[in-house]
Amino acid sequence: MEKTTLNVEHLCASFFTDHGEIRAVNDVSFQVPKRSIIGIVGESGCGKSMTARSIMRLIKYPGKIVSGSISLVGKELTALSETEMSNVRGEEISLIFQEPMTSLNPVMKVGKQVREVVLLHRRVTKKEAKAEVLRMFEKVGISEPEKRYECYPHELSGGLRQRVMIAMAMICRPKLLIADEPTTALDVTVEAQILELMKNLRDEIGTSIILISHNLGVVAELCDYVHVMYAGRIVEQAETFELFDHPRHPYTVGLMNARASLEQQQTVLDTIPGTVPNLAALPEGCSFAPRCAQCGGRCHECVPELTEVLPGHFVRCHLAQQGV
Amino acid sequence: MSNIIRRIGQTVVILLGVALLIFIMLRIIPGNAIVTMMGEHANAEAIERMTAELGLDQPFYVQFWRYITGVFSGDLGTSYSLNRPVGELIATSFPNTARLAIAAALFAWVLGIVCGIIAAVRKNGILDHLFMGVSLLGVSVPVFMVAMVLQYLLAYKLDLFPISSGNAGAIGYVLPAIALGWNSAGSIARLTRSTLAEVLQEDYIDTARAKGLRRLPVITRHALRNAVLPVITMMAVQLSSLLSGAVICETVFSINGIGRLAVQAIEGRDIPLLQGTILFSTALVILGNLVADCLYSLLDPRIRKEV
Repeated sequence: MEKTTLNVEHLCASFFTDHGEIRAVNDVSFQVPKRSIIGIVGESGCGKSMTARSIMRLIKYPGKIVSGSISLVGKELTALSETEMSNVRGEEISLIFQEPMTSLNPVMKVGKQVREVVLLHRRVTKKEAKAEVLRMFEKVGISEPEKRYECYPHELSGGLRQRVMIAMAMICRPKLLIADEPTTALDVTVEAQILELMKNLRDEIGTSIILISHNLGVVAELCDYVHVMYAGRIVEQAETFELFDHPRHPYTVGLMNARASLEQQQTVLDTIPGTVPNLAALPEGCSFAPRCAQCGGRCHECVPELTEVLPGHFVRCHLAQQGV
Repeated sequence: MSNIIRRIGQTVVILLGVALLIFIMLRIIPGNAIVTMMGEHANAEAIERMTAELGLDQPFYVQFWRYITGVFSGDLGTSYSLNRPVGELIATSFPNTARLAIAAALFAWVLGIVCGIIAAVRKNGILDHLFMGVSLLGVSVPVFMVAMVLQYLLAYKLDLFPISSGNAGAIGYVLPAIALGWNSAGSIARLTRSTLAEVLQEDYIDTARAKGLRRLPVITRHALRNAVLPVITMMAVQLSSLLSGAVICETVFSINGIGRLAVQAIEGRDIPLLQGTILFSTALVILGNLVADCLYSLLDPRIRKEV
């Protein structure tokens, strides 16, 4: 039996603009083990959403997958035709977006929007599909499912809408769920509920989850394994505890320090100086070098390789590799 | 529901205001109907007698009151020049205008919407540039130009269609419908393209794709229903303005519709007839807007609930 749900290898995806090719995802490789939750973290524009969209093959124009392999339980997704791929979407992989406000069709009842997925992928009558939707609504904690079924998106709160999105994503029991900042637009209390719900569904249905977030707290709580992305590349990957206890890459360290902490008395939050580099004009050598306090001569010369510093802990940094 | 009732109430008030405005305007413009009717050399006594007979010597508000009560009991007055009830004249002309308007609207909508959808889906492609170029022509070339070019080429030179549509039956309406609908087709195509292209960028379109829907059902089931809202408003407004008479098109193709009736009324300083045709046309446009609003709130659940 397969141990990994998803295997991404050397994935490159670019936007082709008038100003040339912009590499948004650069040689990204990672695995999603069965029944695990992995996190992808990074600042806006680091390529995490683009990675998610690449897996779904839903990159917006003028973006395109350039090279690499994405295999879902042994099935190579990059080789599928558009029609075959649409059978995979919703059935084997599903996607939850950041904005529950705008990701539901405003002129369609939410129940029908969820039912549509069932009708697409299962040979059932409308009535059976509706019953299935109501069961799923109950499972994701939507009270009065019958009543909510008939609601339009604008009649529901943000939290409820996100529950509808989750119901929609999970109703076909997909092998993989990609959640792109699923709680960013929600209140903190609702956020906790939604995360709890995703965890429960993972346990119950056995779906693997890729959680994309810029919120380290969320990632720490939920994920088994974390990948940190910067400027289109994975710069550090490790098990969650290992990463939080011993971050090796200066960027990861910067992210950790930029969090507000209850224990430490702080008046000013630490920040990482500078901004995310322009992907069209990446600096030579390590992309993070211009913002890195510790960078040395080599950092400006060649791009560091992703190397294993401890079993299961990979870092893309010249200094960390030297054990500095 | 109360929203719709409120809109109907507003409509009645607007109609009354419009009736008053028309009434005032027609009395401000120069030219005397009696003199036109009786000839420049009629004697003063006869003119005075005629004026009294028609009630034109009464104060303005009395005249308006008589007129407006008449309108509400279905009496629009009697035409000076044709000597027949205005209501009856409008009733005989309207079917011709209606046939023309409906033919023009169907032509415009089918062509406009189909081209708009193709252009939006193939945005920045060859078809998009072609359709948008042609539709720009559609929006900017005036009706009389299109009408006369069509008439000259297809009716006169190639003899495919009758030159005058008056008694030619259905085939006679083909050219006028194209000439009249040309403009509307252009605006519908451009609006459909821009709203659909915008909707296709929305997150819920990605959601629909992520569900596993193929491209075509994403457009028909999810995108069009959202994109069609402003288009429907435009359609209702277009239909009502087409129905209210196409002066130029009816004149070029000799169709005895409301537009030609109005032209006749102006030529003959026939105030009751002119008043009647303008009031009728305005009422149609206002009703068209009302229908558009009602349709809009039926189709968009967000507006429906605001009620």
